[in-house]
Amino acid sequence: MTNSVERFQDPGLPAHIHRKADFDERAAKRAERQVAILFLLSALSTVGTIYSYIFVKSSAKVYLPIMGEQQVNNLGIGIGLAGALFFIGMGAIHWAKTLMDDTEVVAERHEFRSSDEDRAEFVETIKERAGTAQLGRRSLIKKTLGLAVGLVGLSPLVLLRDLGPLPKKQLEQTSWKAGTYLVSDPMGRRIKAADLEVGGVVQVLPELAPGQERTLENTGTDAVLLIRIRPEEFNLSPERLSWTHEGIIAFSKICSHMGCAVALYEQQTKHLLCPCHQSTFDVTRAAKVIFGPAARPLPQLAITVDNEGYLIAKQGFTEPIGPSFWERNSA
Amino acid sequence: MKARERVGGKVAGYIDDRTGAAKWAKKNLTKVFPDHWSFMLGEIALYSFIILLLSGTFLTFWYNPSQNEVIYHGSYVPLQNLSMSESYASTLRISFDIRGGLLMRQIHHWAALIFMAAIVVHLLRVFFTGAFRKPREANWLIGIGLLTLGIVEGFLGYSLPDDLLSGTGIRIAEAIIQAIPVVGSYIAFFAFGGQFPGHAFIPRIYTVHVLLIPGIFLALITVHLMLVWYQKHTQYPGPGRTEKNVVGYPLMPVYMAKAGGFFFIVFGVTAFLGAVASINPIWLYGPYTPGEISAGSQPDWYMGWLDGLVRMFPPLETHAFGHTISWNILTPGVIIPGILFTGMALYPFIESWIMNDKAEHHLLDRPRNAPNRTALGAMSLSFMLVALLNGGNDIIATHFHLTINGIMWFTRIGLIVIPPIVFIITKRLCLSLQRADREIVLHGVETGRLVMMPSGEFVEVHAPISEERKWLLTQHAQPAALPLPESDAHGTDAPRGIKAKLRARMSAAHAEQIPVPTQSDLKELDHH
Repeated sequence: MTNSVERFQDPGLPAHIHRKADFDERAAKRAERQVAILFLLSALSTVGTIYSYIFVKSSAKVYLPIMGEQQVNNLGIGIGLAGALFFIGMGAIHWAKTLMDDTEVVAERHEFRSSDEDRAEFVETIKERAGTAQLGRRSLIKKTLGLAVGLVGLSPLVLLRDLGPLPKKQLEQTSWKAGTYLVSDPMGRRIKAADLEVGGVVQVLPELAPGQERTLENTGTDAVLLIRIRPEEFNLSPERLSWTHEGIIAFSKICSHMGCAVALYEQQTKHLLCPCHQSTFDVTRAAKVIFGPAARPLPQLAITVDNEGYLIAKQGFTEPIGPSFWERNSA
Repeated sequence: MKARERVGGKVAGYIDDRTGAAKWAKKNLTKVFPDHWSFMLGEIALYSFIILLLSGTFLTFWYNPSQNEVIYHGSYVPLQNLSMSESYASTLRISFDIRGGLLMRQIHHWAALIFMAAIVVHLLRVFFTGAFRKPREANWLIGIGLLTLGIVEGFLGYSLPDDLLSGTGIRIAEAIIQAIPVVGSYIAFFAFGGQFPGHAFIPRIYTVHVLLIPGIFLALITVHLMLVWYQKHTQYPGPGRTEKNVVGYPLMPVYMAKAGGFFFIVFGVTAFLGAVASINPIWLYGPYTPGEISAGSQPDWYMGWLDGLVRMFPPLETHAFGHTISWNILTPGVIIPGILFTGMALYPFIESWIMNDKAEHHLLDRPRNAPNRTALGAMSLSFMLVALLNGGNDIIATHFHLTINGIMWFTRIGLIVIPPIVFIITKRLCLSLQRADREIVLHGVETGRLVMMPSGEFVEVHAPISEERKWLLTQHAQPAALPLPESDAHGTDAPRGIKAKLRARMSAAHAEQIPVPTQSDLKELDHH
């Protein structure tokens, strides 16, 4: 390292340069007027805000370039408020920059470290004070105190237990059972194979028992996508092929990655795409993952028709729908 | 004495009689604060926080944190007679039926984005100038805590309206919780009060969003500022500025006027954005239902890097002994962020260990004078930016007519390849800038004036630089690398050999510098 003698020297603070308003009273007066004008603009803006609040109707709309259609009332209150605040700030800063003393001040800084004597005395004090508590000698007190505090610290865990029920098998269950009718969402009508054209896609839910109300929790596990393609386009195992009906195939709509609704269907490629993280599933190959972070295909629902030709579930889902969890047996 | 002065004196006397505050106040009213535009970044974060408290309080007067289903009959026609949660309905009411409600919602959301942006840029300033060094490590840790809390608080905030977009975000958060090995399903069921979405989550996160986290924020910010006050602000190097002083303006009146005025400017700009720039138009998304989604689902920007990591991670799951571990969720959602934030928190201690640096530092580094640190920072930043890029892959794909798959593969490879390249380039750049500084000190600046020498040769005249500038370019210390550890008597490595060797290697990398020009260098030049 270079010797400090050879290094360049600190020339010290540069000389202070005075501003015009420091020695020219007319410049100072001008600055004063400018600050006053800024404060007046603020006051005026507040009046604008109050006017907009009281007199501009909420229903009035105006078109702004780039921003699109906006509520006039919102614009008036907002721009008024913005001006009211902004000009106070500008006024204060202009005042500081033109009229307040701008001489730089030097303050000393001291090392934080206490002197060695103080430190030693501190350690002594701690030792002495702790000694009077007899913490070192009374080990029974120390141990029982540790136990007591530790247990008190655990009590929130116990007290929070009633936040929710145990999961039990709920993550593995849906409302689909053998014979459940597929109904359209949101109309709730039963569906025949002929209702869905080749290339078509529709969201379905299980039919509710009379008097039963559908909850969001139901939708979150039961939502199913019905897709119809030409039967010869399927590339499925014989078992999975038997789960389809006349080219209609049913998958859980809840993404096997993080549970978003897999809502984008590309008719040309027959791919299902999840808009959250772009996992892509191939409909012709039982929703095999062909791209993205999902690790498992969308569970397929076996479907068939009843005597009248309405679509029903052949059986419930054979695996849990939605994202993975520790207890899921994916073997 | 004027009446005003008499009243003021009486009030001050009343307070001092009971607290003895006069002595403290007298000293601190003239406390010196150094001036620099980059010191205003933290101020922006602080002011945005105050704006968030004010606008947020306004919103609570009408917002109803409930997931009970109601039929909407408000003034927004397209959603009338639709079933939705009370929280969504009340957010629509704030947006359309409360005067100034939409403005406050938009101010609140803009202020949250600015808050996070200001924290991040402030953190970058502190990192690249070495302001985190002793004695300010504690404030660095508090800052990391504030950043982490800010991400959580922002996520909870935009989840509250319970629209289709925010509900999708909560669904993803639930999936991350559910993916935690062994206890995931239990924590998820406890947090949501049963099966997703349930009726408990919105009311619960509302309490966390408006009470718990703001309370912690307030406490941490208070300590953060008290430490700045007590330890005095760092300052940039320059003539007259040393490790032993602070050069700047006194608190009263200059700093009060400037800082106070700046609060109003930040508030004014945020209000202007809230007035003209629509943000999170929840009425376009519709109420949340788990069976639907809107295309182009995007989180707020400070979550984007996390979302990008989740999007790009390969489909890995372990299935064994009847259990499932989702590496495709845990790695990008928990493990990588954990490593990043832990590394960031520990950095001050790592750097001081590498260089065995125990000194107090109050003068900031010019980033070029700490090439290794600057390169590390740029490297981490490039990692985040690649991840963030992939967080918007769907938007980028549709805007620039690229394929999602192409962007995904670019970022998957780029996440690993780009950061090391950025490290190398940044370090070389810093060293080149040091070389340029050295050149300027020793040879002066180019004037663009060509002179013909008697020999017919043309030379460009270089003008010497001022003493002030010379000092700025040469004032910094260049600590040497730690020596390599010696092997023990038998010629084998000491027990702690690997650790010590690693330290020596890192120390050597950290100490790589272009020598600071000295007066003797200059004298030597004159001889030639």
